[in-house]
Amino acid sequence: MKYMLVKTYAKAAYCDTPVHEWAPEDIAAHIDFQRTLGEQLAAAGELVDAQGLAGPDQALIVSGDGRSAPVVTDGPFPETKEFLAGYWIVDVDSAERAVEIAAQASAAPGPGGKPIGEHIEVRPIMSAPAAE
Amino acid sequence: MNRAPNTEDLLRALAPQVLGVLVRRFGDFDLAEDAVQDALLAAATQWDTEGPPANPRGWLIQVAQRRMADAVRAEVARRRRETAVFVREVPVEAAHRDDTLDLYFLCCHPDLPPTGAIALTLRAVGGLRTEEIAAAFLVPESTMAQRISRTKKRLAEMNEPFADGAADTARLSAVLRVLYVIFTEGHTSSSGAGLRRADLSTEAIRLTRALQALLPENTEVSGLLALMLLTDARRGARTGPHGELVPLTEQDRSRWDRTQITEGLRLLTAAMSAGLTGPYLLQAAIAGLHADAARVSDTDWARILQLYTMIERLGPNPMVTLNRAVATAMVHGSAAGLALTDTVAEPLARSHRLPAVRGHLHEMAGDQAAALAEYRRAATQTASTPERDYLLLRAARLRTNGVTGASSEVDARTSIE
Repeated sequence: MKYMLVKTYAKAAYCDTPVHEWAPEDIAAHIDFQRTLGEQLAAAGELVDAQGLAGPDQALIVSGDGRSAPVVTDGPFPETKEFLAGYWIVDVDSAERAVEIAAQASAAPGPGGKPIGEHIEVRPIMSAPAAE
Repeated sequence: MNRAPNTEDLLRALAPQVLGVLVRRFGDFDLAEDAVQDALLAAATQWDTEGPPANPRGWLIQVAQRRMADAVRAEVARRRRETAVFVREVPVEAAHRDDTLDLYFLCCHPDLPPTGAIALTLRAVGGLRTEEIAAAFLVPESTMAQRISRTKKRLAEMNEPFADGAADTARLSAVLRVLYVIFTEGHTSSSGAGLRRADLSTEAIRLTRALQALLPENTEVSGLLALMLLTDARRGARTGPHGELVPLTEQDRSRWDRTQITEGLRLLTAAMSAGLTGPYLLQAAIAGLHADAARVSDTDWARILQLYTMIERLGPNPMVTLNRAVATAMVHGSAAGLALTDTVAEPLARSHRLPAVRGHLHEMAGDQAAALAEYRRAATQTASTPERDYLLLRAARLRTNGVTGASSEVDARTSIE
């Protein structure tokens, strides 16, 4: 079963301080945590893909009617806190395991090494019905 | 299959040459590739039991050509007469010219989209499997297979894709650009999943080295090879214990690869004896000056500034101007450097490199608030995770420690795209 674990710019549950105001060693620890988590998931054969997305000010919105030139704008976007920041796609045995991974990711260390409690959305990826 | 490693090496070296001969003669990339695969397979099984033939290249060409002719005959009946001519031809004259060069020109044809040219070069000249190329660029294998076959189709539709003569200089510069892009991809992307056989930088160096052996007199080819070697020599020192980027000025120079530096400098010196021309040779000269400095403070910034000015004279390029701004700051002070960055604010509005460099220059000038603002802007604009991490950390350290004399050095990655 594949799940997408979605990360937004929403405020974390236990941390109000934005990352660019953390102490250098806390940032370094956070980066280490993310890297290690990725390696663990890859080693367990559960990682399909993980990507961080560039920030809102790099984003564009495109709409087209299929005939004329598409309309490209830099908005409107949802509020920053709802804005997609990145995702993991994992292939796991059960929904419980997906939640477990999300919980682990959510507990990434913040200022003083305390878990920040990031809000992580868990979404099953739809698939074609199994072939007979 | 239990092949002796020397057969494998031999086949890998010969494959692009044989493919070059066939594509050049018959013009059909797809068919030629299949035929070469067949010939390689036959060779792999036969040579191990019977030993390689006296002329392995001729052997492969002959076998591949026969397969090719078979395929053509079977597929296109109306081309039967031409086919007979192909089969009669003896591959002796082919040995006089190394068709690998033609293969480079073909795969890097300026009319091909760069992504296609890169994939085709790695596959046809480098002998990498589609699966390996896909892994290097982090795309599914089927995507890469489609990209390659689309590119081959584009080639098949072209008139005289091999035409040379006056166009050769343009063709060569397209080849160099593709090789440089392959190198840069390997050099900058530090994503975990890499090539299984070799990483892209190593592969780019190998291909450029092979090209340099074909064109030893061409100073731009030598310049590019020197540039790659001198840049790659710093690889081990470019990242810290947490995988974070370490700027040139803060790198532990004892970890630079001296063998690569020596080779790079040797190539550079030889090529420069004919004069200092061409963007790659000039860039290599800059990399050479960095490599030559035992300590950051020994860096000959005045000479580097001069070299960037020369590169800029070859053609205006905002990225080069940005690098010149860094050198200017090192020679004439941060204010002069910052003033120069203003001139490229517009073309580089969406590039994170501009605020990153400005951040460094403000930090150098002691303006902490301005430096922080620029670093933060750069961090939100970059699409590279290690670079974002580096910028976040840099800003955080600046906030905690304040401006220090020791951190007043700058590194803008050079680029001549």
